[in-house]
Formats: sequence, C-alpha cells, structure tokens
Amino acid sequence: MDGLTGSAVTLRVLKGTPASGTQEVEYAVPMVTGMVVLDAIHYVQHNLDTDLACRWNCKAAKCGSCSAEVNGHPVLMCKTRIEDLASGPVTVHPLKTFPLVKDLVTDVSRNYEVNREIPPFTHAPDDTGPWRIQQVDIDRLYEYRRCIECFLCQDVCHVLRSHNYADRFYGPRFFVRVAGLEMHPKDVLDRTDQTREEGGLGYCNITKCCTEVCPEHIHITDNAIIPLKERVADRRWDPVRFIGRELLRRPASPAAEATPALPDPAKPPRNRGDWDEAALTNVDITELVKQQIRTRTRPWEK
Amino acid sequence: MTLEPYDTLDCDVLVIGAGGAGMRAAIAAAEAGCSVAVVTKSLLGKAHTVMAEGGIAAGLANVDARDSWEVHFADTMLGGQLLNNWRMVELYAHEVIDRVYELERWGGLFDRTDDGRIMQRAFGAHSWKRLCHVGDRTGLELIRTLQDKLVHTPRAEVHMEYALTSLIKSGDRVCGAMGYRRSDGRFVAFRCGAVVLATGGWGRMYRETSNSWEGTGDGAAMAYEAGAELLDMEFVQFHPTGMVWPPGARGILVTEAVRGEGGLLYNAEGKRFMLEYDPVKKELSSRDVVARSIYEEVKAGRGTPHGGAYLDVRHLGAEQVRKKLPSMVEQFHALASVDITREPMEVGPTIHYTMGGVRVEAETGAATVPGLYAGGEVAGGLHGANRLGGNSLGDILVFGKRTGEAAAEYARTRGTKRHIDERLVAAEQAALLRPLDGSDDGASAGENPYKLHEELQAAMQDDAGIGRSEESLQRALAAILELRERSMRMHVGGGRPLNPGWHTCRDVTNMLTISESIVRSAIERRESRGSQWRFDHLEQDAELGTVNMVTRRDGATMRVERVPIDPLPDRLRPLLQRSRFYDAAKLPKGYLTAAAARAGAAS
Repeated sequence: MDGLTGSAVTLRVLKGTPASGTQEVEYAVPMVTGMVVLDAIHYVQHNLDTDLACRWNCKAAKCGSCSAEVNGHPVLMCKTRIEDLASGPVTVHPLKTFPLVKDLVTDVSRNYEVNREIPPFTHAPDDTGPWRIQQVDIDRLYEYRRCIECFLCQDVCHVLRSHNYADRFYGPRFFVRVAGLEMHPKDVLDRTDQTREEGGLGYCNITKCCTEVCPEHIHITDNAIIPLKERVADRRWDPVRFIGRELLRRPASPAAEATPALPDPAKPPRNRGDWDEAALTNVDITELVKQQIRTRTRPWEK
Repeated sequence: MTLEPYDTLDCDVLVIGAGGAGMRAAIAAAEAGCSVAVVTKSLLGKAHTVMAEGGIAAGLANVDARDSWEVHFADTMLGGQLLNNWRMVELYAHEVIDRVYELERWGGLFDRTDDGRIMQRAFGAHSWKRLCHVGDRTGLELIRTLQDKLVHTPRAEVHMEYALTSLIKSGDRVCGAMGYRRSDGRFVAFRCGAVVLATGGWGRMYRETSNSWEGTGDGAAMAYEAGAELLDMEFVQFHPTGMVWPPGARGILVTEAVRGEGGLLYNAEGKRFMLEYDPVKKELSSRDVVARSIYEEVKAGRGTPHGGAYLDVRHLGAEQVRKKLPSMVEQFHALASVDITREPMEVGPTIHYTMGGVRVEAETGAATVPGLYAGGEVAGGLHGANRLGGNSLGDILVFGKRTGEAAAEYARTRGTKRHIDERLVAAEQAALLRPLDGSDDGASAGENPYKLHEELQAAMQDDAGIGRSEESLQRALAAILELRERSMRMHVGGGRPLNPGWHTCRDVTNMLTISESIVRSAIERRESRGSQWRFDHLEQDAELGTVNMVTRRDGATMRVERVPIDPLPDRLRPLLQRSRFYDAAKLPKGYLTAAAARAGAAS
C-alpha cells in the first residue's frame, strides 16, 4: 500500500476466550497516512496473526459492526484514525458490557431479543396510504433512524455496564427505537407502559454517556429518553389521571413507579413476578431471562 | 472419509443472505405460510444494503408528472445497453412503485415534497426526478424497516453468523445447504424444500472496492458448483466516485446523490470535463460513462494530486449540503479531515456493483437448477451492461418478494424434503478442514489465504478492471489459474471458532471461481459496451449486442457461451422512445436491426 510513513504503531489487542483466559498481545504495524484502527487490525490479520477475530463489514461507519474499546474509549474502529490518538501504544479491547466470545468479538444477541420485544410499527388498519406526511415530521424521526446499531451506547451505559441490568433495562439504543416508533405520525400503538415496566426507563438517570459516544451524533438522552420519560410522567403523575386511576383502583406495580435507587450489583436481582426465586441464586441470569423471553407470548403474532 | 457429527435444521424455504433481497424474500415466503430460515454471515442489519445511499428509483411521478413506469423501463433498458432481460425490467418498473409504498406502510421513512408526498431526486441517466430517498441513508432505512418487519414475522427464523459453503442436491434438485457456525466452527446442514440465494455481489476480488468483506460471491460460486448458469459476468460496475485519499479510505463510496443534488466534477485544471464527454446528461450521465471520463482525465495527466477528479458542492450552500448529504459531510470530516462545504472532494472510480449473476427466470427468479432461486444482486439480467443508480434498492424489493413467493410455492408443491447424502457432507467437511490440517509441517509449507487474496486483487484490478484488452485478460486468467493451483495448499493456524484466516480460505476459493468467470466472459465479449471497456475493441459489435455470455460448469472445466437475447416484443419496443435520452442514432449498434431481423426470421 502507498502512503507508508516509515514509522510503526504498537497495537495491544486483547486476545482469548472466556475458557482460555485473555491477555494483551502486542503487534507492530507499519504506519500509513490516514490509517484507521481497523486498517491496523487488518494488517495484523493479513501478516501477523490470521486467527485474530473481529467483526467488521462496511469500513465506512455505516454498518456499526466494528465497535471496540480503543485506549479505553468505545468507538468504531473504522472511523478512528491512529494519528488522532495519543502517541504510544494503542490498546484495542472488546466491548466490556457484552459477554466475550473470542478476541474482539462479543455476544450481542441480547440486543436482538430486546428488539423483538418492542412491538413493530403499526398503522391503523384502514389507513393504508399513500400517505401525506410533512417533512418536519420526517426530520424529527430521521434522527432516531440514523442509528446504525453499533451498540456503543449500550456498552457505555452504566445501568448495563456496571449494574448488569440487561434483564430489566432495554438500554439507550432501544429507547431511541421506541421514540422513533412512538413519534411516527402514522403509528397507532402506545409503548409507554411497556417502556417503563419492561424497558426499565426509570433506571436511566440521564448521565448522557450514551449521547457522548454515539458515532451518529444522535441526541439520545435529550431527544429520545427525556421525551419518553416525559410521556411516562404525564401518564403516571398527571393529577387528574392519578385520581382517576385511584378511583378505578387499577393495581400498579409500585417498584417501577419512581426512579429506584440502584441496588448493589453483588446482590441477587430482585423478584420479577412469576420468576422462580429459588432458581435465581445459582443460575446464569442472562440465560434465564432469554428463556423467559422466548416463551413469552407476543400479542402481535397471531 | 470420516463424517463429523453436525446439526441438521429443517425448514420449508432456506434464504441465504440477509440483506434487502434476502429479508424481503423471507418475509414473502413466511407470509405464504412456509417456515423460513434466514442465514447470514454477519449480524442482522449489517448487510451491504446499508451502503446504498441515493435512493429507490420508482416512477411515482410525485415530483415530475412526466415520469411513469414506462419511462423508467426505457431508461433502464437504454442504460443497460439493451442487454437486459426485458421481461425483468418490465416487471421491475411496474412493481417497484408498489414496493415503495409497501415499505412506507412498514414504517420506512422518505423525505417529503411540500404537499407531503414522497420526495424524489434526480440521478444519473434517469429521465426525471425519480429516486425516493431519506437524506443519503436510504439503504440503512430500507434494512432497518425490513429487519423490523422480519423479526416480527411468524415462521421466519434468523441464523446469524453462519457461513454456508455448499448447496446440497438430491438428484437434479437443490434440497439444502451446508456450512458451519462461525462462532464455534460446528458444522451444520439445512434441509429444505427450496433455496433462495440472496448473497449479493462480488467486489472483493478487486483492490479498490466499496464492498465489505462479505462481497466474495459465495452465492454465485455455490450456484455454479451446483450446476446453475451464470449470466453477463463480464459486467462489473465501477462507481465513478469513490474516495481516493487517504490510502486507508481509498475506495469508500461517495454517493451519486452528491451529483444528484447538483455536485459538479472538475479536473485539476478547473475544467468541467463532463460537458465534453456527455453534453446532454453531463455529471448525471450513466455510471460507466462518468467512471471512464474520470479515468481518461487522470490518464491524460489532468488528475488531482492523488489521482482522481474534484467533486464540488460548495455552490449549493453549507446548509443544503448538511441537510441533504449528512453522511458525506461526516465521512469526509472523519476519514479525510475535509470539510466538503468548504473544500472540494477528491474522487475516482471504485468497484461497486456486479450486473451479472445467476441466470434466472424473470417471473420467479428460478435458477437453471430446480429448487434454486436467486434474487437481488446475485441474480443477473435486470441491469444488462450497466446499472442505473437507484435500481438496486428497487431490484431487491421487487425480486426479493418474487423469489420468496416462488420458492414458497415450489417448496409447498414440489419440494418434498429429501434425504441428505452423507458422503457429500463428509466430502465438504474434508475440503473445509484441509487448510486447518496439521498434516503439513507448519505455516511455512502452506499458502497464506490473505496473500492469495491480495495477489488476486492485484491481478483483477490491473488486468480485468475498468479498461481491458485481450492481452491483459489473458494475463489475469493465467494469474487466476496459478492462484487456483496454489489455493489447494492454503494453510492457517488456530482453531475453528471465529478464525478469520480459516473463513478467508473459503472466500478465496469462491472468488477464484467468480474471477475466472468474469475474465472468461470479458475475453469472449470483444467489444466495448456498458461497463465493459476493451482498449483493443473500442467500438460496439452488432452481433454481440444481441447475445448474453453464459458461464456453465462442464465437469471441472468452465465454459462460456453466447446465448441469444429474446427480441424486445412489439408492445415494449415503442416505450424506448419515452426516455428523455432516447436517440435512435445512438442506440447500440445493430440492436434494433439485428433483433428485428431475428424476430422476422423466427416468424
């Protein structure tokens, strides 16, 4: 390749599997003008270590496959130029929040399960178009639809990363998803209660870390999460609705009402209704949740 | 031969590939009542469809009332130099309109006109403003919409990160496919009533490409091995505008929407050279013409410092650029430190699309082997010698649906599940495992698959690229055959779970097959037409304007034959004149006369 600068960059890549254990392996990669971290990883695969696993597809920041933690920052490797990083060795680690599979590849399947949980776009049965929609509505929705599902926001969110609440918290990506559906002028479903109860919207205490790392510059907190929280507040805390609800004595689940204090992650997770408490102590909680989700009925599937 | 235990999965319809075509086919087959397995090499939603930026071409006539499916038909046929399968083009131009509205009903977004209808933009060689789009991310929007629809469609199951390497036949019928799960390397076999190939195109055998790692031609190679015919393989599209600097970004696509929105091309001397090459369509000429023009300018010494042309949008105003081309602003800012609202972009041709592919029946997408269907870029015929921008997103929707429905019908009526011949499975397992065998004395004795890939890219780029000659093509062929020989000795270290070196071995094998077909077809087509540019045959050849090149397997030998094109029927022939760019004098030489003569002789 032309553009060789004559210098080299040292890459420290975390290699290994949960079974074999992981360790940083050092590679020296010749520096090329404009080289991104993914180029360096490719050089390693081609020349130094054909067994180094990483995900990538478009190499143009459009597919969101090559997410990794470079020098501790969650980024897309295809968009991170080595000359923009601090001098010295470059560490490349897999996303920490997701279970490791091998080297830079992690198990992100939980995200796909959450997506299935969210009822899809649904228009009124008698309103089949062609539709008239105003550009201003498209402009607002387009921000949510820009998401490339790199899951960097999920990776950096402390509710998932530090507290490991994948079982009760959808995560920023999916609040963006819900917001995009809820604000579509032709969608007729209401996902507010689900987002609060199953999605655990209340756990988010708007630290904006997700917004910080989004490579598409989506204002996740301001434009997706906060509007959803406002809908919840409107639904739950509007005084007239509150009185109406009290009069009708509709049972509510008190635990989900306010933003709860985050429990100690070391403690076993709290009871979620019909779960078998005894089974929770010694099982892989993620597996159990997956099982629950698989067997749960989906109202939109007849 | 030993047989390693493997997982067997059953379904009515197996869809290989989960880009737009695969997902649309899967939805159609599931809605027809079949159980469907969708298999992808990557994660769901990462397919190359996300790279499509410009939009979906459809004659809605929202912006320009003069447009219609008939004009769209004419533009597509003329753009393809009339080598297209006209029946496919007819179905396509008709049905893509419904597919766009359907996508909207499934939640897809499109930019709007002032009165709230779907907005359409201008694009190369389309008569009127025709491309339905949302910003410059229409492919992503399409993928996300189909993805959401698919995962909520009953009876459809997605298998992510599986590599299928070979089709399974029972007698003359395709009845399944086998391969392995990438995460742990375990072998799998899918048993089904019908297979839909939706594996996309193949650009990875070229060095400067806008394709992702997935574009290795697996589907076409598998189909070829199973005895199916490939069509028009010599036609490989160079997109005129890829990034040329910095080296790491070379080849990354710069959407045609930049020119659709009014971007202009200049050479290093500041001259708008497209005014000379195509005074009518100018920057919005068809892709083959613009790509060649840039190539000529660079060759004549009027290129930019990094060997390209300047693409300029500054005159549109910063606000308009940021609104209509947001991902281009981001891409140049992040990868090249260029602010495109203040500086021109440097661009040059990059491999983008493959017009050729599996030869299919127009209505159903059925390949020439029973039980096998192909839709989207992996299928050939719709685009002829050159594809117009915006016709690929429409292609995958229209023919995704059609192949899915046809495969479902076949699986229900004729595709009874067959017994899998385990000798085939054992042979495939042995072939897959050969590069991992510890039998030879370490990596030094074997060939590195990545090195073979790099050598193949060099041969294809230099000798079978944008400009070709008998001499260069023969050189490319010799290189491919030599690499094929060496590929038998590929060796990689490591185990089977997520081992990219091992995965690359199979990719290289597939790419060699496809490259050979491209080169052999290009040798046979001794003329310049569409994307095929022969330095030694600069003119069009009347006789070659009436035939397609068809590749088929004859034992271990690859054969390329001329197959006559059905003449354009009388009901469609007058439609050609509806194109704004119709010029009887400029019709491909010999097409109408030769076709009419043949039609006359036949009757």
